[in-house]
Amino acid sequence: MKHFSDLISAIEITNKTNSKIDALVDYLKIAPEKDKLWLITLFTGKRPPRPVKTTLMRQWCLEITGLPEWLFLESYSNVGDLGETIALMLPDPVYHIDKSLSDWMTELIALKPKSDADKKQYVLQAWSGLHMQERLIFNKLIGGSFRIGVSKKTLVNALAKYSGIDANRLMHSIIGNWDINNISFEDLLNGEHINYDNSKPYPFCLAYALEKELPKLGQPEEWQVEYKWDGIRGQIVKRNGEIFIWSRGEELVTSQFPELVAIMESFKEDFVIDGEILALKDNAVLLFNDLQKRLNRKNVSKKMLEDIPVGFYVYDLLEWNGKDIRTKPLSYRRQLLEQLLDRGKAHDTLVISEIIEFQDWNDLDGIRNKAREFNSEGLMLKQKNSPYHTGRKKGDWWKWKVDPLTIDAVMIYAQKGSGRRSSKYTDYTFAVKKDDGLVTVAKAYSGLTDKEITEISRFVNKNAIEKFGPVRTVKPELVFEIAFEGIALSNRHKSGVALRFPRILRWRRDKSVDDIDTIEQVKLLITNPN
Amino acid sequence: MKLIKFTQKGIYCIPGKFYLDPWLPVDYAIISHGHADHARRGMKHYLCQTDSKAILKHRLGADIQVESLNYNEPKLINGVQVSFFPAGHVIGSAQIRLEYKGFVVVFTGDYKVKNDYLTVPFEPIKCHEFITESTFGLPIYNWLSEAQLQQQMHDWVQKNQAHNRTSVFLGYSLGKAQRIMKLMEGVDKMYVHSAIHNLNIAIQGSGISLPETELLSYDFKKEDVQNKIVILPPGLLGSKLIKKIPNAATAICSGWMQIRGNRRWQAVDAGFAVSDHADWNGLLSAVKATEAEKVYVTHGSQATFSKYLNEIGIPSAEVKTEYGTEEEEKDVVSEKIISP
Repeated sequence: MKHFSDLISAIEITNKTNSKIDALVDYLKIAPEKDKLWLITLFTGKRPPRPVKTTLMRQWCLEITGLPEWLFLESYSNVGDLGETIALMLPDPVYHIDKSLSDWMTELIALKPKSDADKKQYVLQAWSGLHMQERLIFNKLIGGSFRIGVSKKTLVNALAKYSGIDANRLMHSIIGNWDINNISFEDLLNGEHINYDNSKPYPFCLAYALEKELPKLGQPEEWQVEYKWDGIRGQIVKRNGEIFIWSRGEELVTSQFPELVAIMESFKEDFVIDGEILALKDNAVLLFNDLQKRLNRKNVSKKMLEDIPVGFYVYDLLEWNGKDIRTKPLSYRRQLLEQLLDRGKAHDTLVISEIIEFQDWNDLDGIRNKAREFNSEGLMLKQKNSPYHTGRKKGDWWKWKVDPLTIDAVMIYAQKGSGRRSSKYTDYTFAVKKDDGLVTVAKAYSGLTDKEITEISRFVNKNAIEKFGPVRTVKPELVFEIAFEGIALSNRHKSGVALRFPRILRWRRDKSVDDIDTIEQVKLLITNPN
Repeated sequence: MKLIKFTQKGIYCIPGKFYLDPWLPVDYAIISHGHADHARRGMKHYLCQTDSKAILKHRLGADIQVESLNYNEPKLINGVQVSFFPAGHVIGSAQIRLEYKGFVVVFTGDYKVKNDYLTVPFEPIKCHEFITESTFGLPIYNWLSEAQLQQQMHDWVQKNQAHNRTSVFLGYSLGKAQRIMKLMEGVDKMYVHSAIHNLNIAIQGSGISLPETELLSYDFKKEDVQNKIVILPPGLLGSKLIKKIPNAATAICSGWMQIRGNRRWQAVDAGFAVSDHADWNGLLSAVKATEAEKVYVTHGSQATFSKYLNEIGIPSAEVKTEYGTEEEEKDVVSEKIISP
């Protein structure tokens, strides 16, 4: 496992995607055939089910070290990763086991049906024969994410660099149906088990943020204006009865959205459409936060499908019965798209993006500012004559986002993050004034630089009230501008309001806790209290 | 017997009328070692271990009033017998032993139990009361042996050289830098930053020999440094100087690098858990060896470590001090700020 261990060490230390890719390519050059297949399996979410429960691993670690549970938990909250905590706490190895990645995986699969006593014997033997980093990897092979920032796309790019095969084709190959016991690495890469002609996507056409006065764009009638949605930009490819859903990051996400696949099956025609994957419920678009709960799951449960149903807002038609029509004008493609969707079953799940009627450029700003009320993030302006460009081209497509709502709030709790962020306090709770005290209004995790997070962590360490556990109450002193997408009255929240998608806009070092907003001021932002 | 008192200014010896590593100006300060959070400016009179004297003068000013003692060389101050014992932390670092009417208190300052073949190795001392640091007082901190650590670092340099890269190590000027020099001795030519170079001269001035290094001058030639070893203070991470070093591969050397999240937080190419502090087992063995009836735990994981000591039957209390901050805040990478 030395090569695999070196690979993980090389990948985890860098935050540069290219360095990760280089490390993967180096590994592919020297790893045994079967190990390479396991690498793909592990990093595409196809891993076998966990053979040993984490509670057992934790229990065995406590037995070996003789340490109290509270100390284990305290250590865990400092490390942020269970497999790593165990690997760090165990005593030094007394001998050395050297097995290939595929040997380990084969043994772990065979371990699954065994008794707890057998599992214990096996795991303890492995632990005492591996050094720290290998032990960590062993624990991760049992289960859990490596959290080293290797996406399917990164893996695919490395495979492409190694083999010279087109990346999208490889994406289809590794996502496709294959069995580790019945395929060679070469056949997998060559896609012997797939038909790439059926899945091949087009590069997405991307828009720039609007940077000029609207009248300078020309006449209003030359432009098609639609709402902009905050979901996952996607391309649905339907050819010869096969259906593929590509995300903008060129990942195949077909299996994550069974309801979209079901609708596509109701069409006879072949086509490629561009649009937005959104969480849709009762004809309304939910927030990206809701959609996020559906993503990257191995299995989408029935409850998930009911709680957060997904739909597709269709923007454009790129291919029609085998013919690439991307160079035709937008107005023509839109016409065909309307025909196509009329022919399909009328459906709540597949919705054509609405065209906003307007006479005068001056009307648009008001429309944009209301967009937030139904969870749109602004407007898209597309030149009616424009082709479907490859990538980002300036001039034909513009995005014009709504300005976020903001408040000034003070930090009162901090918690450590996970993965790369596990060493720092990165997750914060914010409060505004209420009467003579404070009331929490939002939790936010994003929006600060690493440097700012380091500085805040230092502040938290100095000013924390608690000594144990993951959460720290801090002196209300640091003020932040919090941006959010919407606000509504809520009985479930102590403050009486719920903010949607809050994030940190900036650290207001110029402000003190006296300058923060009051809950009354926050409530004034509610335009639509229903 | 109450020999010591924890005050706003620092640890105070009642009958001796002096302070140990005070953080506010006092008349008489006994200093455990030269790091800035333990040896501060503004004391009327300093007492330190012989090898620390030059370091203190270098850092605090040549005009300070400083007196020194060898290890295990007692001095009587107001009836209190004061002596220094090796702490193994950095060159000249000492545990401060106080004895008064047969009652013994030992203050560790910072210490490391394992031998780094550079500083005089830590020596356990029996005492009634023991005041210990707890920087790495969690069971997740268990250091590799010096030989294993050295192997890791040598392998890294070798790999860098194979890829035509210059190996840049980041570590504090006092302590970590000399430790890295020792670990990398004989591998290849080592260049050090002027801050480290000047300290090296001060250390060598008191008769201690260090591995051979060369000053990294401001106008160094790229071809001289290419593929070699460079040692810099951590504050230079991301600086223009580092960018000037050809094909630099950077590594942070700090005990915090034991944790993956810490290694990954910094945009560097490697992290080595090289620490000048005791690890979990080091702290425990040191505490047990003292056979103290009371253990005071200072800076680091004081709450956790002292709770654990109480649970295993060693009466302990945590003490709030101002240690473990000063040295860190000047540097980008801190040895101590991360732990609660």
